[in-house]
Amino acid sequence: MNLEKVIFGFFIVLAATLNFGFFIGDIGRPELHNGYELFAAIVVNLIATALKFGDRTQIGAVHLATSLVADLQLIAAAVTWAVAVHVTGDGMTPHVTSSVVSLSGGALFANVVSVVILIAETVMLRR
Amino acid sequence: MNSVFFLLLRRLRMPLILVTLSHAIAVLGLTLIPGADANGEPAPPLSFFHAFYFITYTATTIGYTEPVSGFSDAQRLWVTACIYLLVISWSYSIVTLIALLQDKGFQNTLTVNRFCRRVRNIKEPFYMVCGCGETGNLICRTFDRIGHAFVVIEKDELRVQELDLQDFKTDTPALAADASIPDNLLRAGLMHPKCRAVLAVTSDEQANLAIAIAVRLLNPSISVIAQGRTQSVTANMASFGTDHIINPFARFAEHLALAITAPERFRLIELLTTLPETPLPEIHRPPHGRWILCGYGRFGRLIAEQLMPAGIELTIIEPSRNLGEMANSVRGQGTEAETLLRAGIDSAAGIIAGSDNDVNNLSIAVTATELKPDLFVVARQNHHVNTPLFDAYHDDYTMVPSRIVAQECIAILTTPLLAAFLGILRERDEAWSSALVRRLESLCDGLTPAIWGVRLNISEAQAAYRALMQDRRITLGEILRDGTDCSQPLHAITLLIRREDEMILLPPGDFVLAPGDELLLAGSFDTRRNLELTLYRPSELDYVLTGHEITGSWVWNWLAARRKHGGHPS
Repeated sequence: MNLEKVIFGFFIVLAATLNFGFFIGDIGRPELHNGYELFAAIVVNLIATALKFGDRTQIGAVHLATSLVADLQLIAAAVTWAVAVHVTGDGMTPHVTSSVVSLSGGALFANVVSVVILIAETVMLRR
Repeated sequence: MNSVFFLLLRRLRMPLILVTLSHAIAVLGLTLIPGADANGEPAPPLSFFHAFYFITYTATTIGYTEPVSGFSDAQRLWVTACIYLLVISWSYSIVTLIALLQDKGFQNTLTVNRFCRRVRNIKEPFYMVCGCGETGNLICRTFDRIGHAFVVIEKDELRVQELDLQDFKTDTPALAADASIPDNLLRAGLMHPKCRAVLAVTSDEQANLAIAIAVRLLNPSISVIAQGRTQSVTANMASFGTDHIINPFARFAEHLALAITAPERFRLIELLTTLPETPLPEIHRPPHGRWILCGYGRFGRLIAEQLMPAGIELTIIEPSRNLGEMANSVRGQGTEAETLLRAGIDSAAGIIAGSDNDVNNLSIAVTATELKPDLFVVARQNHHVNTPLFDAYHDDYTMVPSRIVAQECIAILTTPLLAAFLGILRERDEAWSSALVRRLESLCDGLTPAIWGVRLNISEAQAAYRALMQDRRITLGEILRDGTDCSQPLHAITLLIRREDEMILLPPGDFVLAPGDELLLAGSFDTRRNLELTLYRPSELDYVLTGHEITGSWVWNWLAARRKHGGHPS
């Protein structure tokens, strides 16, 4: 067993599960979507991205790309949240909540792709 | 580029994760710990947005005050811990980055990448110089003076660094790598569309051979010039079509033989092939008669091969035994008087100190002149560093291999027509050579003339070509005039004009030019630039031909034509 592989797999799967946890629930209701979970998802996604740095293979490149997409979407969601609450003062209306959650939904898709690649890579492994 | 980028990312993986984690912990803590408002009353904790904002500026600029509302003591405690955490994570990242930038392997990757990029971006035709020792350095300096682009591959890193210190006009890409490895040749632009020729002039013969083979196989369309010193290697180079093989020993032997049999022609060849705009070479007049040759190795054999047919009697001094076939031979070093006397120095006309050891050669030369002061001494100098010694001794003729190779490379590459001219020269007599030598010597006061070729075609001589195509009659004398003041002639000699298969030697001033003519000229670099401009720009050409200044602009030309027209009717 390779500890590096364990950590790598752990962060990728954790990024996907946290993202899923935030995303699940009625899209327009703010009380079903916890800010801390979004925060955790962003942090874990950033760490997963850093772990994917420096791999020159084709699969490594796609891995990194999916992570960057997820980062981008999650940060966009967080910025939308911050703007709605602190800048415009609208608060978490159903409209804002749904856009935050749908952005995280996009990130979830990228994370799922990442997990699929991880599984495919593992299946292809011969050692 | 790519490899550097990936290397950087891989090494920065850990620091980046650490920075992300420490920020996350700090932000999370601030969103959980209750705060206090301006009056010290409990207030809800910071939101994610405010916490992230606060941590971001705290991490980068510690001491940038609390938010306006102030902190509770619990928050202050947490922020204190956070500051240590963030400072450690940031400093770790920065230290890792600096260590990486100083890493030898990383820097090497950077240098190689930069070199490749610069070679890729070369827009003009260039030469690849493999090996930048004495020979390579001479070639590089001359290329730089003439204004040719070149790239350098040299095994020794120190020499590459020295190259940076030399004040070249152009910034030359140089790589510290073994040129006999094909990958390095490819990096230096072997397949580059603008690469004109490869010069294999390293001090290692086998490396030169490897370079020549690599070029022949990888890019057969460009020419290779290789330096070789032994028979077997030069034969090997010739066997797979190396374009020019330069053996400095053979070349010097030919020159020495020529200097004895035809001194004026030798002088002419010397003037034409010496590096341009260097002081005129000394006049060498080696006498006929009996010569003593010290050292019968590679060099000695070639000398003997050339001198004996020229009717020179040779006595050979050689320390090793294998001299069975030679009639007049003496065993010994030649550094001591006794050996020289046995070789009959009293009746000799000249001596060649031709061993592969500079100190021995000097010792032979000094001993020989002591025994017979009027002896003509030829010394072989193996290393450039010993130049002061040879200068101080002041022998009659020094053979410096690196100069011979450099001169020949430059002559072959820069003026292909020169080879044709040198061929024609063989059929001319001494008086003819002597006359031309006088003219060349007075051409650029005390310096050797530059020899260059120009072809009257659209790319090299646009204006002249257009004028000739419009059936304008232009003679050679008309064009060789100073572009700054057309009443003055240009100080240049036209050595040869090639018109298809016809060769016109030393054409007269009233020679009528035709489009496509190839001219071989001698003159200073200034003259060369002057003439190039005349041939290239229509306005300059017109001024030189007519003496009238016309402006380049179309409107003015049109106005001038109108005025001329209007002036005439009466």
